[in-house]
Amino acid sequence: MEKIMKKNPLYFCLFLLPTLLAFMIGFVIPFGMGIYLSFCKFNTMKDTKWVGISNYVQIFQGDDAFGHAFWFTALFAVISTAAINVIAFMVAVLLTKNFGGTNFFRTIFFMPNLLGGVLLGTIWKILFNGILVSMKQTLTSNATYGFVGLLILMIWQQVGYMMIIYVAGLQGVPDDLKEAARIDGANDKQILFQITIPLVMPSISMCTFLSITNGFKLFDQNLTLTGGEPMHNTEMLALNIYNTFYSRVGYKGVGQAKAVIFFLLVGLIAIIQLRFTQSKEAD
Amino acid sequence: MESTKKMKTADEIKVKRPVSDYIYTIVFAIISIFWVYPLVMVLYNSFKSKKFIALEPFALPNAESTVQWQNYDQAVNTKMDFMSALWNSVVITVLSVALILLCTSMCAYFVVRVKTWYTTVFYYLCLFSMIVPFQMIMFPLSKVTDTLQLNTPGRIPLVYLGFGAGTAMFMFSNFLKSLPLEIEEAAMIDGCGPIKTFFSIVLPIMKPTVISVGILETMWIWNDYLLPYLVLKIRMFMTVPIVIQYFQGSYGRVEWGAIMASMVITITPIVILYLFLQKYIIKGVISGAVKG
Repeated sequence: MEKIMKKNPLYFCLFLLPTLLAFMIGFVIPFGMGIYLSFCKFNTMKDTKWVGISNYVQIFQGDDAFGHAFWFTALFAVISTAAINVIAFMVAVLLTKNFGGTNFFRTIFFMPNLLGGVLLGTIWKILFNGILVSMKQTLTSNATYGFVGLLILMIWQQVGYMMIIYVAGLQGVPDDLKEAARIDGANDKQILFQITIPLVMPSISMCTFLSITNGFKLFDQNLTLTGGEPMHNTEMLALNIYNTFYSRVGYKGVGQAKAVIFFLLVGLIAIIQLRFTQSKEAD
Repeated sequence: MESTKKMKTADEIKVKRPVSDYIYTIVFAIISIFWVYPLVMVLYNSFKSKKFIALEPFALPNAESTVQWQNYDQAVNTKMDFMSALWNSVVITVLSVALILLCTSMCAYFVVRVKTWYTTVFYYLCLFSMIVPFQMIMFPLSKVTDTLQLNTPGRIPLVYLGFGAGTAMFMFSNFLKSLPLEIEEAAMIDGCGPIKTFFSIVLPIMKPTVISVGILETMWIWNDYLLPYLVLKIRMFMTVPIVIQYFQGSYGRVEWGAIMASMVITITPIVILYLFLQKYIIKGVISGAVKG
């Protein structure tokens, strides 16, 4: 098969070429342009002027909003990852027990993931503002409200998603192993920490990976829930980059440089996280 | 299966906690109210006037606050032109997912079966693209798609094929790597060429993966906001998320009524579809999360 497909260019054109072309247009070329443009000053594609690393220098020297967005995002990603995974894991452990309605509850908890960030952000904006209106406040009168609101929204959305993955992992833990440990005198807590958790480590690493990268890349929910208000104080990295591009004139080069930094950051986190959990899995 | 069931019953008899089972059910029933209520809130608020939605979203509609079907009328007929956005969303999602499934499954087959330098490079580039955040390429991508006129609902699927290729290639390749060559060799001896082998033998075996990839890509594209917002011709083509965000844009004059009605129109078919397809959706999510 390999020989036939390799020899005749027809198969190359039919099987590989459509995806390859689209991948070039949709990823490779924009990615390359993005790297190049981060070293340029420009407003459109026709007036690009090479300025070296000055965009990057500008970000590190005096962009307080970007620095703030970084810490806001990092804090959010860490807290939301911890909260989502602890809750999702507990829910999954409980929902793999044998009581009435477990399938129904799994169905319900997963549901928010079908709706998408814009709809979820809109729904929760109404809910939070409905609560805060009694205190004569809104979601955007205080950055703490925005942070907590975003946290509740993301927990509400993602617990169901991660729970599904944990349930699948937990179902793969053989019952006789737990039974054997119980006969040997292990209690529930020991079984959980000595047997169950080590065996579902692949699920844990996948879920923490997904939730921490989701946290860093979060955009839609941030845009609809607070839009970065008040005073850009609830602006996360992705939204800060977007606003640098499209709300400020003459800052597109800086925006692109921020995007490159953002990409490197997300890549770094992904690599560190996967290394870290892989070393744990090996134990 | 039989033995695990027996084990669990034995376990229950030993621990003897049938009462706690009811407590679990009740506790989870209470918790799940918090998951259902926001959607119910959207439903009943869609019958209220926009002032009452903003001020007292928790109150049920009453004689004073109700506007009957007026919000729906507004969403569909006048201000928002919501139906054309809904249509665009459907067209974009269906075409993109179909294109992604067809092209990337064939492409993954070629990449896995033909091992040369360029298929290897391409495969690793696809994996790499999975960790690149959209903000990295959003501006250049919107310029490239403008130049190539890919800015209509009929053509944006090509953009989705490009940007969404990573996940799909990864999942298809993972499956194909574990597929024994013998089946295809037997087909070849019977005189099947690569095209016939792929469509009549490989693709049917891959069906579960096709469904999983299809589910994941559908969930992504249907809900995607920023890519279509930046790529589609502004104001001419909207999708559901774009419309709902757009009508919150102007402060103070937010059309909450029309937004609520459009959300009900969007969410209802999704929830119904989910109840029928949840087995596949959950399987899709799980297989998307399994590393190769």
